[in-house]
Amino acid sequence: MITQVNTHSEYLDPILLHRRHNANDLLQVLREAQEHYGYIHSDAIDYLSEKLNLPRSKIEGVAGFYSFLYLQPRGEYRVLFSDNITDRMLGNMDLMASMCAQLWVESGKLSEDGLLSINTTSCTGMCDQGPAMLVNNIAINRLSNERVSAICELIRERVPVSAWPAEFFAIEDNVRRKDILLGSSFKSGSALAVLQQRGADEILNEVKVSKLRGRGGAGFSTGSKWDFCRVAPGEQHYVVCNADEGEPGTFKDRVLLNSYADMVFEGMTLCARVIGAKKGFLYLRGEYRYLLDHLQAVLQRRRQQALLGKNILGIADFDFDIEIHLGAGAYICGEESALIESLEGKRGTPRNRPPFPVTSGYLNQPTVVNNVETFAATSLIGLNGGSWYAGIGTETSSGSKILSVSGDCDRPGLYEYPFGVTVAQVLADCGARDTQAVQVSGPSGVCIAANEFTRRIAFEDIPTAGAFMVFDQNRDMFEVARNFVHFFAHESCGFCTPCRVGTSLLSNMMDKLAQGFGSPYDFAEIEKLNVLLQSTSHCGLGHSACNSVLDTIAKFRPAYEKRLAHKDFVPAFDLDSALSQARQMTGRDDKGAHLEREDESR
Amino acid sequence: MSPDNKSTFTLDGKTVSYTEGQTIIQAAMAAGEYIPHLCFNPEFKPHGSCKLCTVKANGRQTASCTQQPQPGMVVESDTKELNDERRALLQMLFVEGNHFCPSCEKSGNCQLQATAYQLNMMSPHFDQFFPDRPVDASHSEYLLDFNRCILCSLCVRASRDVDGKNVFALSGRGIKSHLIVNAKSGNLADTDFTGEDKAAHVCPVGVILKKRVGFVIPIGKRTFDEHPIGATPHPTVKGA
Amino acid sequence: MTTPIKPKLKVATTSLAGCFGCHMSFLDIDERLLELLKLVEFDRSPLTDIKHCGPCDIGIIEGGLCNAENVHVLREFRANCKILIALGACAINGGLPAQRNHLSLPLILEEVYHAQHGLVDGFIPNDPELPLPLDKVHPIHEVVKVDYFIPGCPPSGDAIWKVLTDLLAGKEPELGHGLIHYD
Repeated sequence: MITQVNTHSEYLDPILLHRRHNANDLLQVLREAQEHYGYIHSDAIDYLSEKLNLPRSKIEGVAGFYSFLYLQPRGEYRVLFSDNITDRMLGNMDLMASMCAQLWVESGKLSEDGLLSINTTSCTGMCDQGPAMLVNNIAINRLSNERVSAICELIRERVPVSAWPAEFFAIEDNVRRKDILLGSSFKSGSALAVLQQRGADEILNEVKVSKLRGRGGAGFSTGSKWDFCRVAPGEQHYVVCNADEGEPGTFKDRVLLNSYADMVFEGMTLCARVIGAKKGFLYLRGEYRYLLDHLQAVLQRRRQQALLGKNILGIADFDFDIEIHLGAGAYICGEESALIESLEGKRGTPRNRPPFPVTSGYLNQPTVVNNVETFAATSLIGLNGGSWYAGIGTETSSGSKILSVSGDCDRPGLYEYPFGVTVAQVLADCGARDTQAVQVSGPSGVCIAANEFTRRIAFEDIPTAGAFMVFDQNRDMFEVARNFVHFFAHESCGFCTPCRVGTSLLSNMMDKLAQGFGSPYDFAEIEKLNVLLQSTSHCGLGHSACNSVLDTIAKFRPAYEKRLAHKDFVPAFDLDSALSQARQMTGRDDKGAHLEREDESR
Repeated sequence: MSPDNKSTFTLDGKTVSYTEGQTIIQAAMAAGEYIPHLCFNPEFKPHGSCKLCTVKANGRQTASCTQQPQPGMVVESDTKELNDERRALLQMLFVEGNHFCPSCEKSGNCQLQATAYQLNMMSPHFDQFFPDRPVDASHSEYLLDFNRCILCSLCVRASRDVDGKNVFALSGRGIKSHLIVNAKSGNLADTDFTGEDKAAHVCPVGVILKKRVGFVIPIGKRTFDEHPIGATPHPTVKGA
Repeated sequence: MTTPIKPKLKVATTSLAGCFGCHMSFLDIDERLLELLKLVEFDRSPLTDIKHCGPCDIGIIEGGLCNAENVHVLREFRANCKILIALGACAINGGLPAQRNHLSLPLILEEVYHAQHGLVDGFIPNDPELPLPLDKVHPIHEVVKVDYFIPGCPPSGDAIWKVLTDLLAGKEPELGHGLIHYD
């Protein structure tokens, strides 16, 4: 027992030291601790419990919440296939089946020799270069039969992931259309120089004048948010950058952080000066773990350039630094209050609001939470002024928007447009043909049919965080909605009854239709569930979990109607199959050992 | 805003006064009015997870345990629409777990069951999930039957905030959320739980049960056999 | 209650995976049974020993579905009865028989016929006369559409009486406090 604990102390002590034994960093400690064994050892929890002075139940409760944290062995190689609809369209399920067959392992289970496990995971943000997977939380894209076979061979040979061919890990930016943000030649420190010259009040004023609205999708005025936070009383103020880009189909933050990190960090630093924050966090989704070293290097360089740290640009009292926290596979942490809970090392359950984060956020102190793209935009606004920015886009949606385009088109990738661009224009630019529908803003967004392609990307028409998934005439929109419904059931935090149970019920009902057991009864049930989820759920996840079903029912009804194979209610399971275990155990196969489907028997 | 409606709102047409900081359900209770609830307990800070207490406040649906009233707010609670939704939420709770009332010692004293009676829940409506949730009988004095857990977290809150023990916690996510105890073995016997704990007495359903007293009060003579749950704003359960 | 002008309503009852406790409770309506018989006549029922259900106005099902025969009988009732009523806990949520649902069927059969102490040369019965068990026990509403539910283990005679008389009077049945019970 003692030796066991000592073994764990060897790798846990440095982690704990680095995290200053701060219990608020529990999620980070667990994530780092897991890198040792590939799972969190039960003895390690005892050790952490003692050193962090936290009850074991709390640690297990937190670890149990996040998909990428394991309390049981999951193998030396932990393979997760991204399972967004775009991965499906590119054949991820066949690739996964092939990999399971080659390595003799059942999906979702640990291999008998304990070497590996293969499973699916929610969209990893690589839709422009899928099918994608994570191996030990590191992204590999453009999977093909050849690449999957090569990976199988490497696993069989027990080659460490760090020694796998570098090209497997290559990730393209795929920037296809640049506008003011992606096209700017931003020099790090240039916006801060303006700040130095003109002061925080004027920067805040420029952000207000710019009419910039949050790029996470909700569209709250950034200037107002900063102002509310600035005047909110508190011992400390905090800046948080939401890089938990979990909405399936979105990948702009990946590119912004890869190639435009200075703009993002500089925006955070401007905000810090405006609201009086000394500390900021970048909450980076666990799927983007591969970006961590790069981002740390950028932060380090900025400290050396006096753009972060003490007395920034030599201004007395301008102290600000940024810490990166990694998520661990929980879409709900993109919701700002759940994100804050997660930053505090807790389960990512959305808080009751009010109070809002601007008055009571991280450690119940006033906190600004903005999207990656929002912070990048504030750097541009700091540099070029608010009225310049307000002159771009539309009256109520100023500036530009970066769209993450994927699905059925020739050129998937990032497209930046001034707000107000039509769906048709984007489709033309990305080389989409015979388009049936576009899912804008991911599963929680809206499904746009062909007769609506003249609509515009703007807060006043189609608001979006940027996902733009294209489906051509050959796609089955029922299957699109079913994939999204499964996503929500997997990602529901479980806090409130309607979302916890309702998303599972909805996903079971969609499966029932898919399996040919549908009737108008089920259709009515789905519609009733939609109403309940929208009216009683605790947060946006539950409210929007039905959106894709509602939209596709309204716009692609034939895709559903062909699933309503039966006139009257039939069970959600096949009764004859329900006898198969008994047939096997008794060796019977006579007529009485079978049950016909009811419509056949009549 | 006229001064006379400054700290009152209406609940189904009745005027209810409130004090600063009270939520709708707290003010309603103080006024002797019942709003269906499960995760709310007046002794604890509102939590807002079960959503049974959902009301329409100025036309917008919201959990009345966490929503603070505003002067003159029009709150609807006992309406067909809301009761239909509450019944559906109850049905969700029933199919999510294994609620086999005939064998449950809490039957007749169970808030989930009594609320379902009160809202005329005649069937679970949805397909049963039939989850596998083993019982923990390790403790000499108390039993944990997780089959009936509705994840209200009252025991979690009581143990953490009143007992200062953290015996209980929630783990897992979504439909896999579940109650755990503070022991490496996962057994209640290996925690510092005792029958003196507040956490031993707050479960609104039949998860945390004292052994050997289950039928001291016979079925038919229990709290909700005698009065329906809405008879008082928050029930005092016999033998609790 | 007045003498009906209309012809008597036909009622059928059966017990699937149940214990006949609900039927016993039905008999607890006592002398009201005579009053009921003025209004209805019984088709298939343990009370009549009629083996198959003909066209009926009301079908009453006790018990859930644990085997193939239960499914056949339930389908016969659904096909023949205008109104189908689930009577008691087992029909409504699987009840006691459904307590086996967290175990696998092969494991149960193995335990009961092979592994249990004291069995000699045990084999799993395979006579075609015997209905095969389903892998899980299901409430009846998971397999056919059910119109009304009378919960309870068993529901009281008064509860059964209330629902039947409400239906016979053309009213939507309603059990108030004291009559609605799950235990």
